This record gives sequence, structure tokens and C-alpha cells, in this order.
Amino acid sequence: MTTRAVETWTLEPLVKFVKEAGARLVLVMTSAGQVLAQHGFSRAVDVMSAAALGAAIMASTDEMARQLSQPPFAALNHQGDRHGIFLAGLATGRGRLVALVVYDLDVSSLGLVQLFFEQLATDLQAASPKDSVPKQVLAADFERQLSDSLNTLFGR
Amino acid sequence: MTTAPAGYGKALDLITRVRGVRGAMLVSAEDGIVVAEQLMEGIKGPAVAALAASLATRLRRAMEAAGVGASLFWHLQAEQGALLVVPTPGGTLVVAVAEPDVNVGLVRLELLRAAEVVG
Repeated sequence: MTTRAVETWTLEPLVKFVKEAGARLVLVMTSAGQVLAQHGFSRAVDVMSAAALGAAIMASTDEMARQLSQPPFAALNHQGDRHGIFLAGLATGRGRLVALVVYDLDVSSLGLVQLFFEQLATDLQAASPKDSVPKQVLAADFERQLSDSLNTLFGR
Repeated sequence: MTTAPAGYGKALDLITRVRGVRGAMLVSAEDGIVVAEQLMEGIKGPAVAALAASLATRLRRAMEAAGVGASLFWHLQAEQGALLVVPTPGGTLVVAVAEPDVNVGLVRLELLRAAEVVG
């Protein structure tokens, strides 16, 4: 399983997290669903789908929290028979990011993912470029940028 | 010490009143999440819970592979303390964190009693 990053500062913290938490799939993305790094995905279409769905879930829960006059929910866990999905936001110098983690219940657990996610958040915060302004993705450039990102994420 | 939900407080009290015990926890073996805890300051409950549950899963597999059945009690002795665990049939781990010179036999007895209470 390979770990690849569009923004290289995310790579080392992500590799460490995957190893320690025993995660099967991981996406680190912006709140808008722009992927910065991935682990374990083999097809670009899966990355795009997971990023879009993860960002949408975060947006939905953020809005629910807003309607309840609460701060955004820290994390969301959804557990099935064999896999769990953990989705949480984290603050970095690059702005608020979202991590989507899929773990096998045979190999990992919610407790382990939560434990090492805290470390991932700390490591990403420390590694992120300070005072950087997130690049605006214009509609005209969107397809090219998406294509470039996917090529990087899959080593093409 | 931090507190535990009322129903489990009694089970944890059995363990923490033993001299040399620095804390006790009930942990969901499947999730590695703390269910209840009575811990002295400085013990990282969520970290101990997650890692103990992960270890319990691997130990269970090792026991099964060795054909010796389910583990009933384990005791990990370290330089500055010990971790003692009794898994319950209901999927909970009863965990004690203790000083290195604790009376292991007595802690084991209280862990087993607590496991009966928890079920």
C-alpha cells in the first residue's frame, strides 16, 4: 500500500499515522474536498468519490452544529461489521483540513484511530507551512488541477 | 482520581482500594474506548485503553493459534509499574495500572471479582 501526497509536508505525518493506527485507507483533504494526500487507494475515481462524500458529510455536520448553535463536531465514527470510518477536522497553517480514515476492525479500533489521530493533527500542525494562503481553485483551472493532483497521488 | 459512572464505580472501587494500584479502568475490548475509569493524575486513560485493547486482540489470536483457549488474566511487569488485565465474556477488559511492588495475587483476585460484576 502506498502513501502519496500532493503537498509534501503532509507525507511524513501521514505515513507515521498509517503505521501506528493500522489504517487501511486515508485521505487528507481541504474542507472543499481537494485532496492533499492519500494512503491505500488504487483508483483515482475512488479518491474523488471518497473526498466528495467526506467533504459533504463534514459540511452537513458543520451545518447541523451551526443550527444547534454549537461549535463544529470534532469527529464522526461510523462502524460496520468489518470496517470503521472515522472523519474529523484538524487545524493547520494551511487552514482547516479534513481526515477520512477507513480501518479494518481486525487490525485496528476506534480507540487506536482516535489516539493516533490526535498525534496526526499535532504533526500536521507542526509541519504545515506558516502564513500560507490556500490557493483558490478557479473553475477554469479546476479540471487541470484535479488531473494534476490525481496524477501526483497515483505516481503518474 | 477521575470518576466512573455509578454502576461501574463499585467494580472499580474493588480494584483501586488495593495498596499500590494507581488506577483501574473498564475498556471496550472491541473499540479500545474507556467505559469507566478511576485513575490517578498523569495516567493517560484513552491511550492505555486503546493500546491494551489492541494487545488483547493480538493475545486472543495467539491463544487461539496455540490452542489454549481464551486468556483469563495477563500481567505485564515493567520497571516502574505493571499492567494487569482480566477480559470478561461480555467483551470488556478490566484493567489495573499498578506500582511495581503491588500484591499481584490480590489485584488479580479483585480484577476477577470486578469482571464478575461487569459481566
